[in-house]
Amino acid sequence: MNTEIVFSLLAAAIQSGTPILYATLGEIITEKSGILNLGVEGIMIVGALAAFLTAKVTGNPVAGFLAGGAIGMMLAGVHGLVCLGFQGNQVVSGLALTILGTGLANYFGTPFIGQAAPGFTAVAIPGFSAIPGLGTVFFSHDPLIYFSFALPPLLWAFLNHTRWGLGLRAAGEHPEAALAAGLNVTGYRWTGVLAGGFLMGLGGAYLSLAYTHLWTNGLTAGRGWIAVALVIFAFWRPGRAVLGAYLFGGVVAFQFRLQAMGTHLPSSLLLMLPYALTVGVLVFSCWKKRGDEAPAALGVNVEPAE
Amino acid sequence: MWSSCLVFLGAVALSLGISAALLATQGRPPLRAMLLFFDGAFGSRWALEDCLLKAIPIFLCSLGVGISFRLQIWNIGAEGQFALGAVGATWVALNFPGLPAPLLIPAMMAAAMVAGALWGLIPALLKIRLGVNEIIVTLMLNYIGILFLEYLVYGPWKDPRSFGFPMTPQFPDSAIVGTIGTTSINWGILLCLVLAVAMFVFYGYSRRGYELRACGDNVRAAGYAALPYSGLIVLVMMVGGTLAGWAGFLEASANMNRLQPTIVVGYGYTAIVVAWLARLNPFTIGVASFLLAGLRVGVENLQLELKVPAAFGSIMEGLILLTVLAGGLFVHYRVTLRRSA
Repeated sequence: MNTEIVFSLLAAAIQSGTPILYATLGEIITEKSGILNLGVEGIMIVGALAAFLTAKVTGNPVAGFLAGGAIGMMLAGVHGLVCLGFQGNQVVSGLALTILGTGLANYFGTPFIGQAAPGFTAVAIPGFSAIPGLGTVFFSHDPLIYFSFALPPLLWAFLNHTRWGLGLRAAGEHPEAALAAGLNVTGYRWTGVLAGGFLMGLGGAYLSLAYTHLWTNGLTAGRGWIAVALVIFAFWRPGRAVLGAYLFGGVVAFQFRLQAMGTHLPSSLLLMLPYALTVGVLVFSCWKKRGDEAPAALGVNVEPAE
Repeated sequence: MWSSCLVFLGAVALSLGISAALLATQGRPPLRAMLLFFDGAFGSRWALEDCLLKAIPIFLCSLGVGISFRLQIWNIGAEGQFALGAVGATWVALNFPGLPAPLLIPAMMAAAMVAGALWGLIPALLKIRLGVNEIIVTLMLNYIGILFLEYLVYGPWKDPRSFGFPMTPQFPDSAIVGTIGTTSINWGILLCLVLAVAMFVFYGYSRRGYELRACGDNVRAAGYAALPYSGLIVLVMMVGGTLAGWAGFLEASANMNRLQPTIVVGYGYTAIVVAWLARLNPFTIGVASFLLAGLRVGVENLQLELKVPAAFGSIMEGLILLTVLAGGLFVHYRVTLRRSA
C-alpha cells in the first residue's frame, strides 16, 4: 500500500513538474544565446490563457497547445525587439514583460474565471503502463508529458552537437568573437529568444490544458520565476533541468497531498514550500559551483556597429 | 536632456495609444475611456488627494529599490519588504495598545524598519557570501513574505469578531497616523519629503553616496579602488527594506487601521517601474510616483465607469516601461538611416 502511494506521488511529481520543465528548457536556450529573459512568468501566464481560449473556441486542445507556444513566441519577440532591436536593459525589459503579461492575462481572463476548456487527459501506453511501479510513474500520463520527455535530449543534442547550436552558444559566450568569425550573432540571439518563448508558452499551455483544465487568474503562481532559478540549478544543462523540475513538482505534489489529507499545518505555510525550496536550491548550486557555468555574455547587449 | 523628455513623452503616448486600442477590441469607446482615465486621475480635488495618498507608499518603495539599482543590484523585493514592515508594525500595535501615540508610532516604525531591513538583509548576505542571484531570492521572499502575512491574519492574529474575514482587530487610536487638516492625506507625506532630501544629500554629498555611484558605474574599477562593494550591497538592501517596510507601516496604520491581505496591492512592483523611469533621482522619483499613482486612480475610474478589469493598470505600466526602455536607443545612440549596400 505504501509503495502505491510513493508511485502515485512520483507520477504527480512529473505532472506538476512538467510546466516548469518546458519553461526551464525555454529559458536555457534563451540564456545560452546570451539573452536573459525575466519575462518567463508573464509569458507563461499569457500562454496559459491563449491556450485555454483557443481550446475553448476551437474545441481542439492541440490547437490550444500550439497557440500557447505561438503567443509565448510573440511576447518573447517583444523582449527581443526591446533588447536586440533597441538595446534596452534586459533585466528591466524582462520585468516589464512579466508585469505586462500578468496584466494581459488577468484583463482578458477575468470573464472566464472558473470556466473549463477541452484539455488533455491521461493516456496509458499499452503494455508499458502495466509494468509495476514504472508504469504508474512514467507511462500513464497525458500526451504533453510524453512529448516533454523528448525535449531535453533534443535540446541537448541541438546545443552540443549541431553547427547551429555551436553558433548559438558562441553568441552567448563571446559575441564579439562570434561576430569576428562571421556569425550572425543577432540572428542566433533572436533564435534563442523566440524558441525559448515558444517553450515557455507551451509550459503555460500545459497548466491550463492538462493541469487545472480551467481558468483562474494567477494560474502560474511564480512557476516562471522558479524556472529562472532552475536554469542556474541546472548549470544551463537540459538534463539537470529535468531533475530540478521534477524535484519541484514533487514538492508541490507533496504539499497538495498533505493538504488533502487534512493536516493541521496552515495552508499559507505549506504554500511557502516551493518558494523556500527555490532559495534553497539556489544557495546549494552557488555553494557548489558559484555559478561559473553561466554563458559569459549573459545579459550583455552587443553594441551596434557604427 | 530635452531629447530624453521628448522620447519619454512619445513612449507614454504610444503606450496610451496601445492601451486605448486594447479597450477598443473589447467594444469599449477608446476616446471616452482616455478622457475618463485622465479625469478620474487628475480631474478633481478628491482624485488628486487620492493620487498623493497612493503616491506615498510607491515613493517610499521606489526610493528603496532605486538606491539598489544605482549599485546595479536588482532588488525586486519591495513587495515582500512592504508586507513584512506592515507585519512588524502590526505586531507592536497589537501587543502594546496601551502606549501613548508619541511612543507607539515610533515603536511601530522601528519594528517595521527591523522587519523590512531583515527581509532585505537575507538576499544581501546570500549575494555577497555565495553570489546567489538577488533577483530570484528577493522575488521568492516576496511570495514567502506575503504568505506569512496571510498566515497571520487568517490564523493567530485574526480578529475573533471579524465574522470570519481575514483581518486583525482595529488598531487603537494611538497607533494610527492621522491625516493633515481636512484632507485625506496622512502625515506620511512629511516622511517622504524628509527622506527625499536625506537621499539627495546622501547621493550627492556623502562619502558612502559617492562610493555607491562609483561602484554602480563600474564594479571592477571600484574593486581596484578598494571600495567596500559588499558592505554597500548590505547597506542598500537594508535601506531599501527599511523604506518599503515604512510604506507597509503607513498603509496599515493610516489607511487600513488594521492588517488585512488587501494591503498588498503591488506597490512594490510599481516602485520598480517608477525607479527605472525616474532615472533613480529622488525628486524625479517623487514626480513619477505621483504619475503612476494617478495611473492607478485613473484605472479605478475606468473600473467604475466602464467595468474595465483592474489588471488594465498593469498592462499600462508594462507598456510604458517597455516603450521607454526601447526609446532609450534614441537617447543613447544617434540613429542614422543608411541604404544597405
